[in-house]
Amino acid sequence: MSIHPDLLNLLIGVFAVLVTASVVGYVLQRRLSPDGSNKSIENLNDRIRAWWVMAVLLAIAFAGGRAGVILLFGFCSFAALREFVTLTHSRRADHWSLVAAFFVVLPVQYYLIWTDWYGLYAVFIPVYVFLLLPIVSALRGETESYLVRIAEVQWALMICVFCASHVPALLNLDIPGYEGRNVLLIAFLIVVVQLSDVLQYVWGKLLGKRKIAPRLSPSKTVEGFVGGVLSATLVGAWLWWMTPFTVLQAGLLAFVIAILGFFGGLVMSAIKRDRGVKDWGHVIAGHGGFIDRLDSVVFSAPIFFHLVRFWWAVDLVA
Amino acid sequence: MKQAGGQDLSGFARKVSVSVFTVVVTLFARFVTAVRGTWVDNKPSRKRRIYFANHASHGDFILIWIVLPPRLRRRTRPVAGSDYWLKSPLRRFIGVDVFNAVLIDRNRETRTRDPLEIMQEAVDGGASLILFPEGTRNETDEPLQPFKPGLYHLARARPQLELVPVWIENLNRVMPKGEFIPVPLMCSVTFGPVLQLSEDEAVEPFLARARDALLALRPARHGGSA
Repeated sequence: MSIHPDLLNLLIGVFAVLVTASVVGYVLQRRLSPDGSNKSIENLNDRIRAWWVMAVLLAIAFAGGRAGVILLFGFCSFAALREFVTLTHSRRADHWSLVAAFFVVLPVQYYLIWTDWYGLYAVFIPVYVFLLLPIVSALRGETESYLVRIAEVQWALMICVFCASHVPALLNLDIPGYEGRNVLLIAFLIVVVQLSDVLQYVWGKLLGKRKIAPRLSPSKTVEGFVGGVLSATLVGAWLWWMTPFTVLQAGLLAFVIAILGFFGGLVMSAIKRDRGVKDWGHVIAGHGGFIDRLDSVVFSAPIFFHLVRFWWAVDLVA
Repeated sequence: MKQAGGQDLSGFARKVSVSVFTVVVTLFARFVTAVRGTWVDNKPSRKRRIYFANHASHGDFILIWIVLPPRLRRRTRPVAGSDYWLKSPLRRFIGVDVFNAVLIDRNRETRTRDPLEIMQEAVDGGASLILFPEGTRNETDEPLQPFKPGLYHLARARPQLELVPVWIENLNRVMPKGEFIPVPLMCSVTFGPVLQLSEDEAVEPFLARARDALLALRPARHGGSA
């Protein structure tokens, strides 16, 4: 697979940022936490290592083209769904609907993305699965917490499969003059949303005073939110060269992505607080689970997809 | 010559199939459960130990086995019912060849040897054991069934053994009784602090203490019910 020069530039940029972060992390660790006793610095270095893994995996997926990207996000959906369902009230009576969620709904959704069948992948989970899975659960005859159980499974599928699958779906958009470069839309979305997360954290650490939602997420501050969203918007505008957008458009879309990403994190935090856990999982050192890392991407991906589709893409199929 | 060669080959083939099977089972278990081990006031040790755990699924000992450091795995043997694990060639292969289980007959009427004797023999041979003191898989709504006294008698007979409570979380939801396709869910295995049997402790108080030590390891949060 050939790598587009724009993608190569971006990868070099990300590589440079990560090398800088690793050097800073190393120096901080030697200076302030030589025996590994400073929790914040150890966590920072865990996070930087996890970023390396994520960047390398994404680069490999991009190099693998359509199949690589769809497989990577299919796996992310699987891991996220595994974490989400763990925290639900599912009972034995839901066994078959859960088996269907993992081994039928998830593969079918990604297969539909692969075959570029927009008319079906846009409604498959919100309409067909929404109606069919409750039937499977009802047939087992267990009525206790029935509404809670079916609602949780539907929510899990919407967040972890439907929304997440809109990242690879960006490959399906036909944008005149942008042929063969759609993978850069994914790169744009991910870079903006993840950078917004990091910058909110950095601004919050530097200036943060007023907590924005103390009950949901004690680490989120007004200063971090404003600083993070604004600086991510600027970076997004500056990345216009890899998108089909003008500088202004790229900035506006980056702004929407960053805002949705922030509120995605907030919503997923509310669920964690409700279920009494700090992290969704334990798979990624320093970050917790897959959902902890994906929450903001998941919220921004479908909206970004539809905005771009509505204003930039040509619809070849009615 | 021919016969010897054939035996070598079958021995070799057995070894290969054991390694392949071990890798497949480990990967599959990690894929389905993303299992993680945590040690509370305790750490992995080469000392001979009895890991006693809650029992909800046939996969329980596999999860414990996976989260142990590789160098300890070989010498850690699950204690399992021969009535189940000798029933078919496949079960025998998994139980005896792959996991090197210490097989005991749970049926008092038919058994020819005392389970305690068999377990002592394994321990004297240098093994650590994985023991499920509930005796059978827990299919009730209670977190733990009453303990069988085997744990007490083994600790009494071999006082140098370290008793380690191990709580396995969520595996019962992955594969409820009677289902054959697992639902992927995050599982965890928690090792608690070493328990000692005191000189003059009687059966009942000891079993109650062991049970409490195990229950104390349950995670506070709860996803669903069984």
